[in-house]
Amino acid sequence: MMKLRYVLLTLVVTFSSLSVATDKPSTAATEVRLKRLSTELRCLVCQNSTLADSDAELAQDLRNEIRTLIDGGKTDEEVVAFLVARYGDFVTFRPPVNANTALLWFGPFIMLFIGALVLILMLKKRSAVLGAEP
Amino acid sequence: MRLKALIPFVLFIILIAFLGKGLFLNPREVPSPLVGKPAPNFTAPILGDATKTFSNADMKGKVWMLNIWASWCAACRDEHSLLLEMRKYDLPLYGMAYKDVEQDAIDVLAKMGNPYIVTATDQDGRIGIDYGVYGVPETYLIDQSGIIRYKQIGPITPMDLREKILPLLKELNS
Amino acid sequence: MIPDIGHYALMIALIVATLQAVLPLAGLSSNNKKLFAFATPMARLQSLLIIIAFIILDYSFYINDFSILYVANTSNSNLPIIFRLAAIWGGHEGSILFWVTILAVWTLAVTFFAKELPLRFRSTLIAVMGLITVGFLLFILMTSNPFERLAFIPIDGRDLNPLLQDPGMVFHPPLLYMGYVGFSVAFAFAIAALLDGRLDVTWARWTRPWTTAAWVFLTLGIALGSRWAYYELGWGGWWFWDAVENASFMPWLIGTALIHSLAVTEKRDAFKSWTVLLSICAFSLSLLGTFIVRSGVLTSVHAFATDPSRGLFILVFLALVIGGALLLFALRAPTIGLGEKFDLLSRESLLLSNNVVLFTATGAVLLGTLYPLVIDAMGLGKISVGPPYFDVVFVAIMVPGIFLMGVGPIARWKKATVPELAGKLKWALAISIVSALLVPSVMGKLSLMIFVGLLMAFWVMSSVWVSVNTRLQAIPTGTLREKISSFGPAFNGMLLAHFGLAVFIVGVTMVKGYEQESDLVMKKGETKLINGYAFRFEGIKPLRGANYVAKQGQFYVSKDGQPVTLLTPEKRLYLAQRAVMTEASISVNPVRDIYVSLGEELEGEQKDTWSVRVYFKPFVQWIWLGCLLMGFGGILTMVDKRYRLTKVVK
Repeated sequence: MMKLRYVLLTLVVTFSSLSVATDKPSTAATEVRLKRLSTELRCLVCQNSTLADSDAELAQDLRNEIRTLIDGGKTDEEVVAFLVARYGDFVTFRPPVNANTALLWFGPFIMLFIGALVLILMLKKRSAVLGAEP
Repeated sequence: MRLKALIPFVLFIILIAFLGKGLFLNPREVPSPLVGKPAPNFTAPILGDATKTFSNADMKGKVWMLNIWASWCAACRDEHSLLLEMRKYDLPLYGMAYKDVEQDAIDVLAKMGNPYIVTATDQDGRIGIDYGVYGVPETYLIDQSGIIRYKQIGPITPMDLREKILPLLKELNS
Repeated sequence: MIPDIGHYALMIALIVATLQAVLPLAGLSSNNKKLFAFATPMARLQSLLIIIAFIILDYSFYINDFSILYVANTSNSNLPIIFRLAAIWGGHEGSILFWVTILAVWTLAVTFFAKELPLRFRSTLIAVMGLITVGFLLFILMTSNPFERLAFIPIDGRDLNPLLQDPGMVFHPPLLYMGYVGFSVAFAFAIAALLDGRLDVTWARWTRPWTTAAWVFLTLGIALGSRWAYYELGWGGWWFWDAVENASFMPWLIGTALIHSLAVTEKRDAFKSWTVLLSICAFSLSLLGTFIVRSGVLTSVHAFATDPSRGLFILVFLALVIGGALLLFALRAPTIGLGEKFDLLSRESLLLSNNVVLFTATGAVLLGTLYPLVIDAMGLGKISVGPPYFDVVFVAIMVPGIFLMGVGPIARWKKATVPELAGKLKWALAISIVSALLVPSVMGKLSLMIFVGLLMAFWVMSSVWVSVNTRLQAIPTGTLREKISSFGPAFNGMLLAHFGLAVFIVGVTMVKGYEQESDLVMKKGETKLINGYAFRFEGIKPLRGANYVAKQGQFYVSKDGQPVTLLTPEKRLYLAQRAVMTEASISVNPVRDIYVSLGEELEGEQKDTWSVRVYFKPFVQWIWLGCLLMGFGGILTMVDKRYRLTKVVK
């Protein structure tokens, strides 16, 4: 039953996306910024593609909304903030840097540093031990 | 040496704990950042009579519910009978026809019954964007001072109603 | 009737696999040699039964037996025959049967090709593989029976997801699974070594070809999947850092680290515990990937229909297998035996530093993949971790690794010195820097990303050249051909794989740096000039495929008046699922792809007017060419005499 419902849902999505909304391109400069921004934003309907690549109707609406914001003089940060305020951090593929994501952003570099240190210490210790024996 | 050799095992146990917790979470459900914030303002034409408008400001001082739906949305059919049933509670229910063809929405309400006091229309989806709608139906419970207290993503189930919405309503009205 | 045979075959296979696991292990603990004799026959019988079940299910697809729920859900009588046969791995139940079938293939390979291992070790190895088989058979029989029957037989099936109806579907999953599951052999080698207490140079030599084989399959499988995504998804992306892509990439990274650490262990009998740990990690990450795909804990394009009971089963299995392995590691990891001496700067130490980099890079991918889950589980909200994160963090970590990759093959075993290395590499570095500046000046755009990318690629290429040159000079006599063939396949394979990575980096850098995209609106008969190419839109042709109808755009592409190609992107409507698919059309060439995908027909008065997306993707084919070279490099190293699988070991 769940499966059938899922099929129906996708049907609705497919057909409704075929119907009305279309992208309304703005100036070339706006389009370049839109492109850059929307490749870093998640389409919430088909959650695995970016806003840039999605054909979903909501994605088109949001692209048009972003065009309006850019044409209205908003900065990139303000556009992202506009969307985050409505849909949450989930909407951006670039996680914000804050206390919750410090481990995410800096963890790998700390790990690389520790890894290199451990390797050097181990190699040194090893050659000291092996060097002692003939 | 022994203790050091245990590090991978310990890290793995932590990983398993998170994965186990993850099994009981829904990765697709996006919690709204709007919960706890004032409901975004809108004034929208009323379904069937575009000369009149409905605004969230009209509801100041009341606890009310805004249900965003559409005639083209299959999942909305699932919660329709529950919405009709909910008229017996002291909770004014307002509808918002999201990106809908007006006549289609009117037909659905005529055929299946109208649970709403008033249905507003959001023709271009602009209000939907302000409310962070990403899939209909979505439902908002808004308190006396206009703060969103709860958001339901997808159809309301009897369990959601019993365990989340009604207790919250009771709390807000007391 | 026939499907029931398949089901029974799986049940009997479960019993046989249990014997395959239990009897040799009992023999090991009681030192009863007679029990070892059961390992091979049980393993072969079990594998045969599983392969029979697989063939029966695929036969049911062939004859359109819609009385089987799984067939009815994933196939259709109008589906072309090749896709019908491949549809078996198009859904959860069939693909998990496929998983265990591939495991059976690897098990058979071990029983036939690892004949020369000592009986005790070989039996333990087969027993460990039996344990894994038992787990997966239980999973299939308890939660995911592919032979489940329908009481009412539907007239036709629901059809295979149209996205999967592509030649990529025929080859990508088998290669990928061969890689994924192939690491189970390296895993079994590691566990058997820990159980048997036999962890030495010969162990490393035995493990190497199996690890490399799995790695080659995984390399090719991932590359093919990426290429498939490139032309099928309609927007020309080739890697999205999606959870499931990452799930296949992590075992690859660790597998790469393992190949290098095995070299050190084999040469110097050193860092054995580390190598064993990597063997365990590679397969653990394969299992983790299986869990991610099938449990639905993360959003992904690849996710199968999810069911919490399945997720829970795999998680418990995961905990037992990996937890058990790591616990065994903690108890038995060798604490003595440092092996032979080598210097702080030597080929060995550089190979190990590669391990640090690759291990950290894997850690970064794992962290990024699971972080949304961790944040959610701790009640801190929902975040997405996507390409902007990985592109920065992963690349930043890999850059020092790739630098070392240029130094490693030049450095002498045991002892290298800075002046010697600098002397050999200074020209390589100079040439790399100059080239990395020269190419952007030709292309007309320079950024830090482009410079670093090209620098790394040229650096690795010139280091390969220095390696060859150094070797050539060391051999005083003979023709060039004689000299090169005297290098031995292992050395040539290594260089080819490194060169392949450089080619891959060129592709990535050029595409990321110089890709062009144009959104057009074109009316029938109209010509538009993009990037020096003229595109003439000659309208739409209706088409009818086996199970779809399509509208095919006709775009004549010419440059300076000379015709280049006809591009025919399609918009397909698959009839069984009423799903619309975009089929891109691509003109391929070594230095650029022209990629056209058809949008929507505009409404209103503008008849015959369509929105079209045109991409120029410079050097994009180098990405997959590089992977192909890496794969061939891996194959070359396997044919080296040292690792002949049938070599007699006393």
